[in-house]
Formats: sequence, C-alpha cells, structure tokens
Amino acid sequence: MNVTQLSVFIENKPGHLQNVLKILGEKNINIVTLTIAETSDFGILRMIVNDPEGGVRALRESHVTCSTNDVLAVEIDDKPGSLYKAIDTFARRKLNIEYMYAFTEKRGDKAVMIFRFDDIDAAKKAMTEEGYSIVSKIDIMGA
Amino acid sequence: MFNKEYEAMPVDKLKKLQYERLKWSLTHAYNNNPFYKKKFDAAGFHPDKFKSLADMKHVPFLYKQDMRDNYPFGLFAVPMSKVVRVHSSSGTTGNATVVGYTKNDVGVFAEVVARSLAAYGATENDVVQVAYGYGLFTGGLGLHYGAEKLGAMTVPISGGNTERQLMLIKDFGTTIMACTPSYMLNIADYIEKKRPDYNMRATRLRAGVLGAEPWSENMRKEIESRLGIEAFDIYGLSEVIGPGVSTECSEKSGLHVFEDHFYVEIIDPETGEILPEGEKGEIVYTSLTKEAFPTIRYRSKDITRLYRDSCKCGRTLIKMEKVTGRSDDMMIIRGVNVFPSQIESVLMEIEGTEPHYQIILDRKAALDDIEVKVEVNEKLFSDEVKVLNDLSKRIGDRMRSALGISAKITLVEPMTIPRSEGKAVRVIDKRKI
Ligand SMILES: [Zn+2]
Repeated sequence: MNVTQLSVFIENKPGHLQNVLKILGEKNINIVTLTIAETSDFGILRMIVNDPEGGVRALRESHVTCSTNDVLAVEIDDKPGSLYKAIDTFARRKLNIEYMYAFTEKRGDKAVMIFRFDDIDAAKKAMTEEGYSIVSKIDIMGA
Repeated sequence: MFNKEYEAMPVDKLKKLQYERLKWSLTHAYNNNPFYKKKFDAAGFHPDKFKSLADMKHVPFLYKQDMRDNYPFGLFAVPMSKVVRVHSSSGTTGNATVVGYTKNDVGVFAEVVARSLAAYGATENDVVQVAYGYGLFTGGLGLHYGAEKLGAMTVPISGGNTERQLMLIKDFGTTIMACTPSYMLNIADYIEKKRPDYNMRATRLRAGVLGAEPWSENMRKEIESRLGIEAFDIYGLSEVIGPGVSTECSEKSGLHVFEDHFYVEIIDPETGEILPEGEKGEIVYTSLTKEAFPTIRYRSKDITRLYRDSCKCGRTLIKMEKVTGRSDDMMIIRGVNVFPSQIESVLMEIEGTEPHYQIILDRKAALDDIEVKVEVNEKLFSDEVKVLNDLSKRIGDRMRSALGISAKITLVEPMTIPRSEGKAVRVIDKRKI
C-alpha cells in the first residue's frame, strides 16, 4: 500500500489557503504534513492527511479543485548525508523525482521523506532492494 | 431559379440597376420622411449629389436607436393609408421597433422568400410547413406568403405543439419545414425521447429552412444526420424586410444577398469606413425598393464578410458568410479585432476546459494587455506545477496562432467566474483610452 496524498488548487491570493484549511478543519481532517508549490498566480497545496477520501469529499462540496495520488514515503536516517544517499539511489536507477518534501515529525532517529515519482512502483522496488523501509500507514504518524 | 433575370444578372448590369434604385430610394426617403431629411441635411448630403455607388460613403448611417426614437411610425415614408401591414420586434431594451409595408413591399417580401425556397430546390410540388411563430414577428407570415408565392402548399401551423407537427408532417406529406434551427433540434430530441416509433426518414420531409437565430455548421451536421434532411440557412432582419434578405443555395456555402432589393456594404465598426470586398466587418443594409419603411445604411451590428464567387448554382449575387458575431462584442487589442466567441472557440478546443472564462483588458505603458481567466476543474488539475504551466502555455499558444493575440492565461479556482451571459461579465475593460 502506498501513502495517499491530497492535492488542492489554490489561487495565490490572501485567504485562499486559509479557506481550504478551514474546510478540512471543520470536517476533522487532520493534516500530518504539507507543502505548497507556488507560481505567481496559483499554488498547489499537497498534503498527507489522516482521511484523504473525506478530505476530497469536503473540498468538492465547496467547489474546491483537488485530487489524490500515490506518493512514496521512505524512512531515512536522521543524520548528515543520508538524504543525498537516498537521492543518489534514484539517480543511479534513472528514476526521476517530480518533487519531494519531509514529514514534520520524526520517528526516533529516522526522518520520513515523501517522494513523488512518475513510476512509483519502480521507485518502491528500488528502495526496498537498497534496504530502505517504506512507510505505508500514516495513521501511526501521530495522526 | 425563381427569378433568373435578377438572380443571374451580369454583375455590371446589376450594379447599374443598384445605382438607379439607390438614387430612387435615397430621394424617396429624403422627400417623404422628415427624419431622413433632417439627418441628410445635417450630414451635408443631398440625393442629387449621389452620382455613383462610391458616393454611398457620404450617406449617414441609420441606427437601431433611431428606430426606437421614432416609435412607432416615425420612419414611414408613405401616408398611413398606403401601409397594409406592420411587424414589430419585441426589443430587449427601450422601445420596440416597428416596420411597415405597402402592397408593393409585401410583394417584394414574398418574392425574396419564394426565391430562397427555390434556391433549396423547392417547387409548387412541395408542401411547406411553417412552424415559425405567426404574428408581429416577421418569420411566420414571411415564410407563409413566400411559400404561397412559389405555389407550394402552405401549412400555417405556427410554432410549438411538436406532437401535432409530427402528425402533419406524416399526414400532409410535408416536404419542407420552416422553423428555427433550435426548434428543429427540439423535434429530433422529442422523437428520441417520446416517439421512438416515429421514423422521420419514412416521411416525405427532405429539407429544413432554418433561420431567425445564428447557428453553426456543427448544428447543421447534427440536424441533417439526426433527421435525415438537408438543413438550409435563411437570413434576414425585420429592419430590412424580414427573412429573405439573403439565402443559402444548394451549395450551402455562403448566403446570396438579393442585391436587386438590398444594397450591402462592409464597414469597420469603429471608424465607419467602408472596407474592401472580402474583408470582415459590420454589414450595413440599404433597401432599394421599399416604400413604407426605407432602410438607409442601417447598422446591423452583424459581423460577416462579402465575396463574389462563381457559384455552381448560377447566381451572380454577392455572398455573405454565416454571421459570426456582433460588433457590440468586438474588442480591439493592439489593433487586432477579437470577439469573445473566438476566445471561447479556442478554449473549447482544449480538452477539459469549460466555456467559462473572463477577459480582462488593461493598458500598461501605452500597450493593451489581455488576460484570460480560465477555471481549473478536476479534469485539468494536476499535483504537478509543470502540467498546469503547460496547460496555460497551450491555451496561450492557440490564441496566438488562431487570433494573433498574446494573452496572459490565468488559471483560477472553479466557480469564481460569474455565470451569467452577456458582455458585462465576460469582458472587463479597465483601459482608459
Ligand atoms: Zn449559389
């Protein structure tokens, strides 16, 4: 099982991000981590939440454009050079990362990185072969 | 051809006839209508100065507002005793407009409609079911008397009551339906939903004479394939005479204007300058033979193009393209004429886009800026920025190649563009010129 990411289209204007967070909050959707990719006109809010389907439902009701897709969540040692090592693995295997971001919470001495690939299965296979552990359930992450 | 002498007249002879008739029409309006006299005098024009067709540029324009201001009979140029019929438009703003006809005028009206029907191959053997509304609107009576003049059996059923329309098509052996294109499509829908047993292909119906509203080639294809008939366009304005100002022929490419009764010009809607044949602009009408209600250089606001080809049908009459827009809606962006409908067509070509858009015009550093806002729905959305940037770029590229304008494409959230029709919300012009 992969981790499901919830993505939302927001205009780059005051109050728009706030509006999305309000809708999710009212439906008790808990955000575990988030990142925003922004351009001068719009942003894409990407989130890991405890209930992605519930999130989509709530947002659609309010005519907010959103989607879900699978991302790869990988545990990485929380020490210098370990993110480089992980990315090097993808580079060696010619796996192109679309974007990535980190979990805010740590698990002991590990950090969790979220990666978005075109070919998630190939990336998953690669990381498993290199001995990384793939996080598939996020409800253990304090959600 | 219903009237070969005029419909296939050599062009130089036709132009001579037009000059003579124009001279009469201008003189008639000037001498017999105080409004026209005042207008011509104010413009320094006198019909005696009309020496050739090139002098038309000195004749002042007639606007819709002039007709409203002269409600109801202020533009008539004959004594009321000579008027045998009036028609009136409902008009969406201000007063309605009223047009009048003498005995001769209703004869011309019937003649041009009869010619139109004949252009689709109709004869006295046809049965014409007139499903346009009968009444103040010119459609019903116009088609009625035209069909009678042709000698066809005329069925004056008027609009609506689709079940009865279907019954008469079958029982009376109707061969030609005259109605709006949207009503023709309604009939196709009705058969599909409520009368699957009704087989239009088993009736004698073979053609539709469709007009009174703009319609596209796509609508033509749909009507023809769903009903198994040929769909022809008939065009007209009540201000000019009604349906029959121009008509398609068997070639279905462009509409022949009945130039022996109507003089047409294409002008730049901004400057009023006459444009050369073949260029797109606003079409302006002048009646050549009408007595009760002369129409002199009427600004139709319809945008089209005029051209002469050697049409296979044998008519020498000039052709106009199907009307593509109204000059009311035209925007001039860095000198390029653009219609909101063209922007809509570009958007419709991009899969997943909705026909909701907003155009914002601004002027920065003395240059016009155009921004087009497009709503991002779930079909277009992606969690990747590059996909959305590609979308904006694709729309922008299409606008550049199709319309010749560089627009900034802004992706906006759904339901943020106002839904109502009309220029007010579609186009926001912030330019201070
Ligand atoms: Zn023709």
